Amino acid sequence: MSSQTQDIIGGFSRDRSNLIPILQKVQGAENYISQEALAEIGCHLGISENDIYSVASFYAQFRFQRPGKHTIKVCLGTACHVKGGDLIAESVERELGIKPGQTTADGRYTLETVACIGACALAPTIVIDDEVQRKMTPQKVVELLRQKDASEDNGG
Amino acid sequence: MAANKQPRTIYICEGTGCVSGKSSDIRRALEEQVSAAGLADVRVDFTGCHGFCEQGPIAIVEPEGIFYTHLTVDDVPDIVQSHLVNNQPVERLFYKEPVSGQAIPLYKDISFYRIQRRIILRNCGHINPENIDDYIATGGYNSLQKVVSSMTPEQVVGEVKNSGLRGRGGAGFSTGTKWEFCQKAQGSPKYMICNADEGDPGAFMDRSIMEADPHTVIEGMTIAAYAIGASEGYIYIRAEYPLAVKRLHIALKQAEERGFLGKNILGSDFSFNIHVSEGAGAFVCGEETALMASIEGKRGMPQPRPPFPAQSGLWGKPTNINNVKSMATIPVIIDKGAEWYAAIGTEKSKGTAVFALTGKIANSGLVEVPMGITLREIIYDIGGGIPGGKDFKAVQTGGPSGGCLPASALDLPVDFERLAAAGSIMGSGGMIVADADTCMVDLARYFLSFTKAESCGKCVTCREGSAQMLEILTDITQGKGRPEDIDLLLELGDAIKSGSLCALGGTCPNPVLTTIRYFRDEYEAHINEKRCPAKACKSLTSFFILPDKCQGCGICLRNCPVEAISGGKRMIHIIDQDKCTRCGTCLGVCPVKFDAVVKVSGEEPEVPAEPIPVGEWKK
Repeated sequence: MSSQTQDIIGGFSRDRSNLIPILQKVQGAENYISQEALAEIGCHLGISENDIYSVASFYAQFRFQRPGKHTIKVCLGTACHVKGGDLIAESVERELGIKPGQTTADGRYTLETVACIGACALAPTIVIDDEVQRKMTPQKVVELLRQKDASEDNGG
Repeated sequence: MAANKQPRTIYICEGTGCVSGKSSDIRRALEEQVSAAGLADVRVDFTGCHGFCEQGPIAIVEPEGIFYTHLTVDDVPDIVQSHLVNNQPVERLFYKEPVSGQAIPLYKDISFYRIQRRIILRNCGHINPENIDDYIATGGYNSLQKVVSSMTPEQVVGEVKNSGLRGRGGAGFSTGTKWEFCQKAQGSPKYMICNADEGDPGAFMDRSIMEADPHTVIEGMTIAAYAIGASEGYIYIRAEYPLAVKRLHIALKQAEERGFLGKNILGSDFSFNIHVSEGAGAFVCGEETALMASIEGKRGMPQPRPPFPAQSGLWGKPTNINNVKSMATIPVIIDKGAEWYAAIGTEKSKGTAVFALTGKIANSGLVEVPMGITLREIIYDIGGGIPGGKDFKAVQTGGPSGGCLPASALDLPVDFERLAAAGSIMGSGGMIVADADTCMVDLARYFLSFTKAESCGKCVTCREGSAQMLEILTDITQGKGRPEDIDLLLELGDAIKSGSLCALGGTCPNPVLTTIRYFRDEYEAHINEKRCPAKACKSLTSFFILPDKCQGCGICLRNCPVEAISGGKRMIHIIDQDKCTRCGTCLGVCPVKFDAVVKVSGEEPEVPAEPIPVGEWKK
C-alpha cells in the first residue's frame, strides 16, 4: 500500500458512512482493495476488517486481486444479451484464454462482465479500460484485441 | 445569402454513446476547421445525450435544425466547407428513414422525434450540460425562484399532488402524497434523496438526463427539499456512469455559486445541500431501504416496511426518495401548473413516460410519450419497426421485474394500470423488442440469471427460489427439460412473489410467468421436441454448410475461431459439430451470393461426411 493510499484514507473523517467512498477512492488509486488497505481502513474507521470485507464483497464494484494492465468489461445487459452479448463474451474468453474475473498470465488483461453500461442503443458493447466499443461482433472483438496487442507490442 | 448572416451553432452530442464514437475528436476538428475558415458567426458547442445513440455520433446545426448522423472526423471538412461556408447541407449525413430510405434533413421532421412529447427530456441534446447559463436561458431555476419566493411548502405539495405525478422509478406511487408523508413527519434533519441507481439492464434514460440536463435534477430536488423541509440531499448514482457523475459535480458547483443551492437559497431562509453518493454495483440498492443502507456504509440489504422512509429513513430520520425522471418533471409542473400537466396522459396515469427502446428495433433510443399511447405507436411509428423485415414477437417492459407482452398486446394503451393488468409493469422504462430470432425461454432465463446474481440473500424464497427457477430454465434451454417443469415454475413463481420482502424478489418471477402465459408453445417445443423455435439456444441449434450451395471459397474456414471447418479450394466445406461452438461467425461471413450456411434446430440437413469437390454432391 502506497503512502498516497494512506493519505486517501486519512483524508476522510472517521465516519462509517465514508466506508464505500473510501473503498472507491482506494480502488481508484490501487486498482483493487489489498489486505493491507482493508486493515488500514478498519483502523481509521474503528470497524473490524471482517465487517469491511462483508460490505465490500457485497458490491460488485470491488475486487480483491490486483487486476491486469487493461480491464475488459463485456456488457451483459438485456439489450446486449438480445443482440448476442454472450457470443461476444465467449469470443473474448477464447481469445484471451481466461474466464470472467480472471487475469491473463502476462498480466495484460483482466476480464469482467457487467450488468449494463447504459449504452443499450449500441449493443452489444464492451468497455476496454474506460472506452466503450459499440456494436461488437465475435470477429470485431477479436480484431480489436489483436490490434491492441499489436500496437502495444510495437509501441513498447 | 441571407442565411449566412445569421449566427449559427453546431452542437456535437457528447453523451456516453456518441463519445464512444469519438465525438470529442469531431468537436475538436470542427473547432479547428471553423476557426481556420474564418467563420466568426459559427459557434461550436456540445450537448448531452439526444437519446438517439444508435445514430451517433450526432450533430445539430442551429437555428435551422439540420440533423447529422453517424459522423466521423473525416466528415468535418464537408460540413465546414459545404454547409457552413457554402450553405449546402451535406445530404449524405442526413438521417435516413428506416422504411422508405428517405433522407430527412431536419431534426423536427424525423418521425422518431416528431411523435414524441418531450417534457422530462425537454433539454436533452439542446443545451450544453456543463454551462448553467444554457439551462437558465431555457427558463431553468425559474420554478425554484417561484417556489421559494411565493409558495408555502404546503402549496408546493398540493400542486404536485394535483398534477397527478406518479413516481417514475417503477412503483408509480403518487409523488405529492409521498412528499406529504415526509412533510408531516416529526424529526430533524430531514433528507431528500434522488434515486439515480438505474439498475435495470436495458434502461439508460436516467443516465441521459443526468448527462444532458443535470440542472433540472438539481432544481427538482431542491424544490422537493423545500416542500418536505429537508436540509441535506443525496443523489445516489451508479458508479458505472462516470460521465453523469462528472457532469453532476460540475452542475452542483455552478448551482452553489449562483445561489440555487447552499445557505439561504435565492435570499430566502431555506438552505439545502446536495451530496453525490456513488453506488458500488448492486441492483438491489435501487430499493429504497437498501439504498439508504448503502449510503450509511452498510451492505445494501432491504428492511421491512413499515417504518417507511418518510418516518424513519436515512440514519433513522424522515427521508423522501424520488427517481431522476420524477425530479426532472417537477420544475415543469411548477412552471406550467398542475392542471396543464394533469391534462396529459390517461385518467390514472398523468403526464409522459420515458422508455429506452432497444433490442430488435430500427430506431433504437430514448422515447418520451404521453401515457396512453399504444405499444404499436411506440414500436412502429416512433421505433420504425423491426429491422430486416422480420416479424415482431414480443416486447419486454420493466426489466427484470417486468414481463414480456406478445403481438396481441400491441394495441394496449401504455399506462401503469394497463401494463400491470397484462402481467408486465411500467418499471423504470426499459423496453426491449424481440423478433422471431429471440427465444422467450432464453430471455426469461437471462432475467432470472440476473436476479439470482443480484438477490441480496436475505429472504429464502428469493435466494433459493430464484436459484431453483434458474436451474429449471437452464435445463429447458439445454434440452433437458421435463414436461412437469412448467407447472413447477409457476408454483415457484407464486412462492417467491409472496415470500419476499422487497420488490426485487416480489417481481423477479414476472419474466418467467409472462413468457409462460404468452409463449407456452416455446417452452413446450424446448421440452417435448428438444427444439428452440427461435434457434437461439445453443445446445439445441447447429450450423451446417449446404453442399448444393457451398462454392468452396474458404472464407468460413479462415474465419472459424475454433478451426471446426474443414475443406479446401473448390471443395464443399464441412462443420465438425463436436468442435463447433455455435458462435455463428460462419453464417455471418458466408458471402450473400452463396448463402450456404444455415442455422437449424430440431432438424439436420444432409451433408457429406468429408469435403468433396464442388458440384459432386448428390443426396
